[in-house]
Amino acid sequence: MDFYSEKVMQHMRKPKNVGEIKDADGVGKVGNPACGDVMFLYIKVKNDRIADIKFKTMGCGAAIATSSMITELAKGKTLEEALKLSRADVAGSLGGLPPVKMHCSNLAASALHAAIQDYLSKKGVALVAAKRVKKRR
Amino acid sequence: MQGLRRQRPPDLRVKQEVILMKVYLDHAATTPVDPRVLAEMRPFFSQTFGNASSLHSFGREAKEALELARARVAKLISALPDEIIFTSGGTEADNLAVLGGVDSARGKKVVCSAVEHPAVLEPCAELGRRGFERVLLPVDREGIVDMHVAGRARGASLVSVMHANNEVGAIQPIAEIAKFAHDGDAVFHCDAVQSAGKIPVDVRKLGVDLLTLSSHKIYGPKGVGALYLRKGVKLKPIVFGGGHERNLRSGTENVAGIVGFGKACELALREMPRESRQLYSLRDRLLKKLLAIDGAALNGPRGAKRLPNNVNVSFGAIEGEGILLGLDDAGIAVSTGSACSSKKLQPSHVLLAMGRRPEQAHGSVRYTLGRSTTARQIDFTARKTAEVVARLRRMSPFKPGEDLSGVDFGGHHEEYVE
Ligand SMILES: Cc1ncc(COP(=O)(O)O)c(C=O)c1O
Ligand SMILES: [Zn+2]
Repeated sequence: MDFYSEKVMQHMRKPKNVGEIKDADGVGKVGNPACGDVMFLYIKVKNDRIADIKFKTMGCGAAIATSSMITELAKGKTLEEALKLSRADVAGSLGGLPPVKMHCSNLAASALHAAIQDYLSKKGVALVAAKRVKKRR
Repeated sequence: MQGLRRQRPPDLRVKQEVILMKVYLDHAATTPVDPRVLAEMRPFFSQTFGNASSLHSFGREAKEALELARARVAKLISALPDEIIFTSGGTEADNLAVLGGVDSARGKKVVCSAVEHPAVLEPCAELGRRGFERVLLPVDREGIVDMHVAGRARGASLVSVMHANNEVGAIQPIAEIAKFAHDGDAVFHCDAVQSAGKIPVDVRKLGVDLLTLSSHKIYGPKGVGALYLRKGVKLKPIVFGGGHERNLRSGTENVAGIVGFGKACELALREMPRESRQLYSLRDRLLKKLLAIDGAALNGPRGAKRLPNNVNVSFGAIEGEGILLGLDDAGIAVSTGSACSSKKLQPSHVLLAMGRRPEQAHGSVRYTLGRSTTARQIDFTARKTAEVVARLRRMSPFKPGEDLSGVDFGGHHEEYVE
């Protein structure tokens, strides 16, 4: 196995925005215990911006680090901007991930997109994001 | 010259924090070379460096050392010296046993247990590709081969079952399985890489035809191993060349490595009674402390059916790699059965064969104790594990004990597309 970057280890040791938002405006749940990684992402939206964001993750070092990283990247962004965040942004901000761990960054991006989608569908807005990560088989 | 600068007294508080207790609990992966082994090896690099096949004094000295090592290795497993073939390690010995031990004249069928090391599973898979029927013997919940299904080994050319498992330490009823294999005319191979040096291995009592040893698991150097070949059992080479090791393993012998392996076997035999008593006690001490953690479950058997140095625990609702990294930060080295830390992204085949659910395999941690492990290290490890588990649980969306079967939110591994 390739080793993690120091940046990944920092997020792993002291992840940002851990927790649950009880009255969240949107919740994104992705992953599968059988595969090892599950992420729950909670967002609070104010004026079309992500005002608060928290996560709960069961998973490997990369899963925890990418969860933490995406919450940092998404916080304060407009929904439109947040929807454009991709796994490449997550992995890049972490100084790269070992190739076998790239799927974890995919999961983090999916969780964010799912949370936004949840918020929009609750508001009755159809999701028109051009670049969406493929969801659910 | 400038005036003497007043020296500040060393700050002891800072220093104490820097000193980290390093705890190595991954002895099933590899062990340090024992200083007595290293001392014995030293002259064989630049002084007694001869080729053991040469007729001159340099060669004769090397040959003598080689034969002393052969006798020491043989003694560890109650074999005769000329029943020992040196190889480049456990993996090569397993490959030689499986690929060189089958004979399609006895039947085109090869049988091994579902919990074998890849060094046995993969050559068996290769035989499958070469047209052999391949059968995996299932194990029970403790990882022990179920004798009720031994009938599936009927008609086999070769049967291979490990003495003790590297992940959960389960010790197999080798004598019974060997007898069964022999009733059916099969050659019986046993991978004793993990058991040798920890519990008695007697090739006569076990009734095996072939048996694998590896040096680096018993405080010898890496890259050296041996295959025991019972007198009268036929074996074909898989490496061809100058005809070394009775034409069964060509290639100039790694004399220094083999000398070290021999010394390691001698020490293992001498120290096993005392060492294993100590390991059993430390193992059970760690086990008791870890199982006190909410949601922790033991993988594998208890008591004498388990290797004295192996502890394997699944912690619910969290994943093993996170625990491994957390413990590594505290200076503690362990290993995990999680898919996320394997190259193939598959959770431990051993735990799955034992009927564990994938998430239990992902959350498993293996602690393997060794010669230098102390009670203080065990207590420190148990305490740190509890801390790391608690920290990861606070991050987890699930609670320990929660039933996760069938939970699937999609968006996972397979959907990773470029
Ligand atoms: C049960 C078992 N068999 C075989 C091997 C391979 O031995 P080596 O590392 O010497 O090739 C190992 C070591 O990982 C092992 O645990
Ligand atoms: Zn992962």
